[in-house]
Amino acid sequence: MSSELRYTANTQLEHLHARYTGTGHADLTKNYSRTREWLTHQHRDTLSSIVGHPTLTSFLAIADGVSIARVKYDMTQKMLQPCGPPPKKDDD
Amino acid sequence: MHLYNLTLQPPTAITQAIVGNFSGVRQQEIITSYGTRLELLRPDPQTGKIATILSTDVFGSIRSLAAFRLTGGTKDYAIVGSDSGRIIILDYDPKTSSFVKLHQETFGKSGARRIVPGQYLAVDPKGRSAMISAMEKSKLVYILNRDAAANLTISSPLEAHKNGAIIHHIVGLDVGFENPTFAALEVDYTESDQDPTGEAFRNAEKMLTYYELDLGLNHVVRKWSEPTDPRANLLLQVPGGQLASSDRFDGPSGVLVCCEDHIIYRHMDAPQHRVPIPRRKHPLDNRDRGMLIVSAVMHKMKGAFFFLVQNEDGDLFKVTIEHEDEEVKALKIKYFDTVPVASSLCILKSGFLFVASEFSNHYFYQFQKLGDDDDEPEFSSTSYRSFGMEDPTSPLPHEYFRPRPLENLALADEIESLDPILDSKVLNILPNSDTPQIFAACGRGSRSSLRTLRHGLEVEESVSSDLPGIPNAVWTTKKREDDAYDSYIILSFVNGTLVLSIGETIEEVQDTGFLSSARTLAVQQIGTDALLQVHPEGIRHVLANGHVTEWKAPSGKSIVNATTNKRQVVVALSSAELVYFELDLEGQLNEYQDRKAMGSTVLALSIAEVPEGRQRTPFLAVGCEDQTVRVISLDPESTLETISLQALTAPPSSICIAEMLDASINKSQPTLFVNIGLQNGVLLRTVLDPTNGQLTDTRTRFLGTRPVKLIRVQIQRNPAILALSSRSWLNYIHQNHMYFTPLIFESFDFAWSFSAELSPEGLIGITGSTLRIFQIPKLGTQLKQDSIPLLYTPRKFIAHENYFYLVEGDHRVLGEDAGEKKLAELRQQGKKIDQEVIDLPVEVFGRPKAPAGTWGSAIRIIDPVKAETVAYIPLDSNEAAFSLAVVPFSVRGGELHLVVGTAADTTVSPRSCSSGFLRTYKFTDEGRGLELLHKTETDDVPLALLAFQGRLVAGVGKALRIYDIGKKKLLRKVENKVGNDNTIQTFTSPIITLNTQGSRIIVGEMQESVSFVAYKAPENRLLVFADDSQSRWVSAVTMVDYNTVAIGDRFGNVVVNRLDPKESEQVDEDPTGAGILHEKGVLMGAPHKTKMIAHFHVGDLITSIHKVAMVAGGREILLYTGLHGTVGILVPFVSKEDVDFISTLEQHLRTEQSSLVGRDQLSWRGYYTPVKAVVDGDLCETFARLPGPKQSAIAGELDRTVGEVLKKLEQLRVTTSGF
Repeated sequence: MSSELRYTANTQLEHLHARYTGTGHADLTKNYSRTREWLTHQHRDTLSSIVGHPTLTSFLAIADGVSIARVKYDMTQKMLQPCGPPPKKDDD
Repeated sequence: MHLYNLTLQPPTAITQAIVGNFSGVRQQEIITSYGTRLELLRPDPQTGKIATILSTDVFGSIRSLAAFRLTGGTKDYAIVGSDSGRIIILDYDPKTSSFVKLHQETFGKSGARRIVPGQYLAVDPKGRSAMISAMEKSKLVYILNRDAAANLTISSPLEAHKNGAIIHHIVGLDVGFENPTFAALEVDYTESDQDPTGEAFRNAEKMLTYYELDLGLNHVVRKWSEPTDPRANLLLQVPGGQLASSDRFDGPSGVLVCCEDHIIYRHMDAPQHRVPIPRRKHPLDNRDRGMLIVSAVMHKMKGAFFFLVQNEDGDLFKVTIEHEDEEVKALKIKYFDTVPVASSLCILKSGFLFVASEFSNHYFYQFQKLGDDDDEPEFSSTSYRSFGMEDPTSPLPHEYFRPRPLENLALADEIESLDPILDSKVLNILPNSDTPQIFAACGRGSRSSLRTLRHGLEVEESVSSDLPGIPNAVWTTKKREDDAYDSYIILSFVNGTLVLSIGETIEEVQDTGFLSSARTLAVQQIGTDALLQVHPEGIRHVLANGHVTEWKAPSGKSIVNATTNKRQVVVALSSAELVYFELDLEGQLNEYQDRKAMGSTVLALSIAEVPEGRQRTPFLAVGCEDQTVRVISLDPESTLETISLQALTAPPSSICIAEMLDASINKSQPTLFVNIGLQNGVLLRTVLDPTNGQLTDTRTRFLGTRPVKLIRVQIQRNPAILALSSRSWLNYIHQNHMYFTPLIFESFDFAWSFSAELSPEGLIGITGSTLRIFQIPKLGTQLKQDSIPLLYTPRKFIAHENYFYLVEGDHRVLGEDAGEKKLAELRQQGKKIDQEVIDLPVEVFGRPKAPAGTWGSAIRIIDPVKAETVAYIPLDSNEAAFSLAVVPFSVRGGELHLVVGTAADTTVSPRSCSSGFLRTYKFTDEGRGLELLHKTETDDVPLALLAFQGRLVAGVGKALRIYDIGKKKLLRKVENKVGNDNTIQTFTSPIITLNTQGSRIIVGEMQESVSFVAYKAPENRLLVFADDSQSRWVSAVTMVDYNTVAIGDRFGNVVVNRLDPKESEQVDEDPTGAGILHEKGVLMGAPHKTKMIAHFHVGDLITSIHKVAMVAGGREILLYTGLHGTVGILVPFVSKEDVDFISTLEQHLRTEQSSLVGRDQLSWRGYYTPVKAVVDGDLCETFARLPGPKQSAIAGELDRTVGEVLKKLEQLRVTTSGF
């Protein structure tokens, strides 16, 4: 890959990341903290998808014996940190 | 296999409702979203009843709705946020009664994604702009305006994004005519994502942020951002801004922030006010739990406003703000009433409250008063220090209220809703029914019910009286043309006629001019004020002055059949001749000079009503014994000439010509239908071409076992046809849609319209010697519901012999026995117990709430025919029942036992229990009772049980086991083992469904789709030999045949998977299963894989699938139920031609019909996996609603006529479902 191409590819990726939160990148599997980042995004996607699908919120509300509003609230609250705090950064 | 998907009953769960003047007239209407459908409801303020005006499938998922009105306008528009990645503005067009898409602006990808807006919508109260927001980051603001021609315009979007912000809610601020401002409740996760110590997470603040749209600069700025309560979930708009006419302020502006346990008033640069959300003064209530506001509504009246907010128990509170201009003096809250928990509340200006329940039926209440001057305690922010904000981080002391029955509201109407359907059975067990019924376990908590769904219309009987003899016909008639109501009931007996007059009472009258000594063939109010009676000997024309002119039948001949309308009379003589009479301008009945010889005995005659403004109807239909129907002209040019002839398959028994507006054939003008009832119970409906008199487009339908009788009646001032056979059917028009629905009532021998003051839209019928007057209250419905109330959420039920055995249970609820214990404890402690509060009806107030891990549960025996509970067995020690099966244990000689799978102290997330149990019961009292034999402990929750070869197969958590009965408990015989090392390898997720055929068990896992398991008796082995190559969150499974399964999953897909018959045989032929045992697994699973042969996204979470025949002698189909109340069917196509034809039609409609939310139909039906081998029947049926030219164009492409296409669609529906 010529340096010029690599440069455009990178800016494209940066652009993607800025625009679409949660877009993956080549380093995702490189170390644990990156994987956790990916996992966190996965969980946030799932949680927001549950809130966005009326049948799923109803289903969870019935299973857990709470109101639909409570399910939505809990899911949205969970989005803040769905998988616990991030691991300590080791210099990668 | 190719399937045709058809929705019989669309979802009934309202996810959101908005109110507005959508028609542009003074009356307010409600638009409701059913997740995948939009409906327009029109409440009638006089009667307090709600009518559905329009219902339309949007082929997409609606996530948010908002109504707005441009400044100075009188008409409201609806904005829809959906999963299409587009913002849609809809306008209701009252002329065509349809939604018109005014604007569709694309902003992102389709799908309910995290950063694609659509989840939240907020509009400026002055209708100048709207904000649409995603769950995270993205918020777009659109400016709404009107152009020079007063059309609604929408700007390009302005971004108000904030990276890393999770959005909880947004609302439009009421700022009068200042720049539109939106408030958002956001949490930023960037810092918590970076901080490994968790400190940032704990300190994460929920921000209330104002976004101002600068109309001058065309730009959105973040105006203000302040932290608020971290447990906030909802924002409410507080009125503000100055009135144009005076300098008075409407309100203080700002927002109410609803948080767990509190409500806070917030505004920029203004002091905060906080009040607690009061709690129930219930001795058993769990006081530690937080209390959220689930729904709320603000209502503005002249010079005042208030809020109604609802908590998770359904208690409504009235919130008021005391203010002086823009300064808030106090925030007050008081208990209002208790209604079911709502997903949306709507207040109508006419004084009604619409409660769109989150589960079960929806309610429409009328305000009796506004709770202004009662002695209900009111809690004000002024009674706390610094208006309750002295220490915002610590809660205010709990305040309490006493719940009570409705005081401020009165129930006006109820809309039935099946939501949620948790389990169902399709069986024909009701007596006198030739089609199966659907039994659905519906509802949540104490508002649950078991509902019997029958295809048909509900009939409401108002009078039933016995007659001295058995009449053969009944008529009603007015005396004069312009009378509002009927005056006489005429009953015809074998040898006489009885006339009754309708007044305050119904009594016999003599001097009517009718001949009472002979039976009657027809009765007609003729001309302006005369009456007509046709009897076998002649025709009596009774004039208004009482004078009778009589036409006598020629000697030796009698009248056998007659048909009449306001101006024409045709009679058939025993000599097979037709005699035609017409009323002249003087009101004289004149016989036409010629008689028409038919050559074959006339069995049936019919003429239509005289069309408006005409002298006569030009067609007469005659059915003869030679199995023909002839259309004969009554036109003066060609009187009594035969125009056309149609051969029949059986002798006709009745004919009825009626002009009805079938929108699928002609949208503007009524179509002339000739309905022919045959003696074998078949009805033919043909269209009579008004230009040439030809009969075209014949549709057939089997009505019942008796010869069909057809009667023209009036339903909602439109002609309708009542077809009587062994079942009675009504063919009528309701909201431009033609229905053909059976009546759920005894069969009738004869019937007629009946109109009196008390029952203006009634019908009168005779059954044997009983005369009945009845109404049809719920026109437009297809399924009649009868319900049996339950106490807890039904989980599963099975049918056995004549009874249903149902397990019900609720999480976070105190069971009856635990409740009693706790009460006794409290009494012992000397606490005063408010008995009145405890005795409040549980259907409304629910059972007392308890912390997670607490369950109330019971086993119930129901007699579905008598619709009553036979026995109710509550479970104690915090056990909850999840599954059940009737097992004939072969070691006990096949004696039947009921095994119920329960678990104690279950928590749902994470899934755990202290112990699972298999309770084994013996049937007592012929199944009316149960006797507990023993309880077997298990290590996990048994979620699936099934009888299998005289033993019990159980899915206990992730393990599949076979149990046999023992003296003290069930004995574990075998557990599935996989792999060469013989280690017990369980399934990877809990087993939730079991099905069996032969020695094969089909296991449905919660997350990992369906596996095929073989039981090898010689080796006593359970072996998984095939599974799915795809993971799937199974929710319902049924076996289509030995190798094929139909699966419903949690995301709304229906899938059919098939195992290769060769592989299946190979496994069956292996006696010990050693072959499978040593075969190498594929893709980390079983050695064989099933192949997906059909896939379709329904849009509702599938809760049960059945393979049944819905019509007597019909094909077997797959019927499924969905959580939100959907009932649908999948019909296998019988021929390749049908598949090609319908698929091509679907393709054309896909391009013609664009979804109302802008979702591509093909991508909606292939939400997760592309559609495979399933045609969307709901889309195909929209063909009937297309404009005529488009219909012809599509039909032309398919090389058919429009009629043929419609006939094919109707046939697909009718022959398989009967609907």
